[in-house]
Amino acid sequence: MYSRCLASLLLLGCTLLAGCERETRAFHEEAPAINDVSPTDFRAGGTPRPVAKNPQAAEYERNAFHISEGKRYYEWYNCYSCHAAGGGDIGPPLMDDEWRYGGEIEQIFSSIVEGRPNGMPSFAGRIPEQQVWEIAAYVRSMSGNAAKDAVPSRGDEIKTTKPLTQVPPTPERSEPPRSNR
Amino acid sequence: MPSRDYANTRYSGLDEITTDNVAKLQVAFTFATGTLLGQESAPIVIGDTLYFVTPYPNILYAVDLTQPGGALKWKFDPKPAAASQGVACCQPVNRGPTYYNGRIFYNTLDAHTVALDAETGQLLWKTRVGDFNYGDTFTMAPLVVKNKVLVGNSGAEFGARGWLAALDASDGSIAWRAFTTGPDSDVLIDHAEFKPFYPQYRGKDLGVSQWPPEHWKIGGGTVWGWISYDPELDLIYYGTSNPSPWNHEVRPGDNHWTNGIFARDPDTGKARWFYQFSPHDLWDHSAVNENLILDMQWQGQMRKVVVRPERNGYMYVIDRVTGEVLAADAYTYITASKGVDLKTGRLIYNEDKTPSQGRVVREVCPNSPGAKDWTPSSFSKRTGLIYMPHNNMCMDWEVKPVSYIAGTGYIGVNARFYPGPGDGNVGELMAWDPVARRKLWGVPERWPVWSGTAVTAGDVVFYGNLEGWFKAVHAQTGEVLWQFKTASGIIGQPTTFRGPDGRQYVAILSGIGGWAGAMVSGELDERDPTAAKGFGNMVGELKKQSGIGGMLYVFALPR
Repeated sequence: MYSRCLASLLLLGCTLLAGCERETRAFHEEAPAINDVSPTDFRAGGTPRPVAKNPQAAEYERNAFHISEGKRYYEWYNCYSCHAAGGGDIGPPLMDDEWRYGGEIEQIFSSIVEGRPNGMPSFAGRIPEQQVWEIAAYVRSMSGNAAKDAVPSRGDEIKTTKPLTQVPPTPERSEPPRSNR
Repeated sequence: MPSRDYANTRYSGLDEITTDNVAKLQVAFTFATGTLLGQESAPIVIGDTLYFVTPYPNILYAVDLTQPGGALKWKFDPKPAAASQGVACCQPVNRGPTYYNGRIFYNTLDAHTVALDAETGQLLWKTRVGDFNYGDTFTMAPLVVKNKVLVGNSGAEFGARGWLAALDASDGSIAWRAFTTGPDSDVLIDHAEFKPFYPQYRGKDLGVSQWPPEHWKIGGGTVWGWISYDPELDLIYYGTSNPSPWNHEVRPGDNHWTNGIFARDPDTGKARWFYQFSPHDLWDHSAVNENLILDMQWQGQMRKVVVRPERNGYMYVIDRVTGEVLAADAYTYITASKGVDLKTGRLIYNEDKTPSQGRVVREVCPNSPGAKDWTPSSFSKRTGLIYMPHNNMCMDWEVKPVSYIAGTGYIGVNARFYPGPGDGNVGELMAWDPVARRKLWGVPERWPVWSGTAVTAGDVVFYGNLEGWFKAVHAQTGEVLWQFKTASGIIGQPTTFRGPDGRQYVAILSGIGGWAGAMVSGELDERDPTAAKGFGNMVGELKKQSGIGGMLYVFALPR
């Protein structure tokens, strides 16, 4: 009986801790560093090039505060004016399963910072990097691939798209087939 | 020129194709454009050559009509900056080239104007007229008047400051530039010559004082539509677009000189009069539509007028000498306003619909593309009727905070569009009698009509729809006499011409896109109803009915 109580308490504690992590607000942390990110995984020599994953960046995708901040900045920096609420306009849709320049959070970050040749402006030096990570986390969430307990369940504006908690995950890029050589 | 004549009538005197034989029309030849993003160009024919421009990358094709099947004579690739696609509000379209004195003139998306030798395609000059980093792009077709190439910018969705510029046709140097906003010296208002009919346009520097401080610098009022010219009065007429941003709350004032029509002297650019269709625009009712120059019976006497089918839903008849509005009749279902006060010239807005932050305004009709967008009408001297493509759409509209960041969209609105009241058909080709001021008949269309029209002495009206049907309609009765399904949706401008073999041909570009077709050609996601600024909400079956494409079709009667 006692041990069952303890187990429940431990379980509760763990759940709460996990919950806290998605609600963590870090106001002054360093933005995750980024290096060696390419918009393509196609590499000469036969082996696909893996996206350099940054564990700190991954935390942005799991954090409710970062994602909802990203949603605000998405409006403030006029991302909306080209990509609408994810359905696209001047720029391509962000809620579908196609990523011209890569759909990993690191790749989205570099697309925002560097710009892309067919009309995506570069925001380098215009948006603090931590905010870019937050925008990238929100953009990732549009296709339903962020944790459901971290995404905002409603917006404050005219009803546009389904609440992100109800968007089914879009299939992500599958593992590359094993080489037959 | 794409509009056929200085009066913008798009009326052709050719009469080989008639209401009796048009049903026999067949494809004479086709020609691939090699591009896929909205073909709005008018093909124009000079001598034995047909010219048209593609959307970005704005390749100009010269097609040799003496060769069977229309062989390529030459093409010109101006290599516009790819980045300029990012500041093209409604796809990187182009409305066509124009011809003058042995030369072809046209605009490229990245705000350059080029002049080519019409025979050889050799580049004669290229002038950078605007800066796309600040939102200036070019989509309009130039008009040449008295050796001046008149060009105006697009970009009011990016806070670009609007202007019309006159380039010397010989060398491309800029002779004058008339801004739409700012001090009188920039707008080329000289009070000795500027005689507007209504008092709200008299006064000093209204292009500054009718804005919040400094806002005129990012205030829109671009000039991307049609220009007409009256050689007798020696005046040009053109419209100015919506103010920036769409969210009206950040720009109190009438926002001179946006959403209006200017009459100007083509030699100096100086303004003669102005009239504002939608002061302090609430809905992106950009006022750049065509101005038909007509001399017509008005209450027993002949008057020199411009007839303007306006985006806000009214058909205006304006005295083109003085700028007085003679009539403004609703031609579609309107809730956004209650009419036009002919004494003051002012549009009477419906106060119930005024947008304010925190409140979604519903059932606003017409929606932002309006009762009629850029798609040009035609006028037949034979029937005395105007053939006008137009739409019946409404919307929900919400304003929200917006920041100006050069090179990014400056809008501040969430919108979603839907069909207006009725049977669900949102488009129509309408025949309008400008003297009797009433509609005679209409050909209903399921989707917005986004193509121009042309009418001939054979009493046939040509136009196309978003599904891709190219249609010939009886100019007197409205009966659809012939139709042909092209490969993609039609948003272009039909042209009819006499070929080198003496036969009459009809040409149209097929290729869905533009604002109304962006959901298809941009492969946008309709799960977001605000995609394409609101068209995401009314895609329906369109993606099944029209594929993406880009093809010139030329039709003729069988030999």
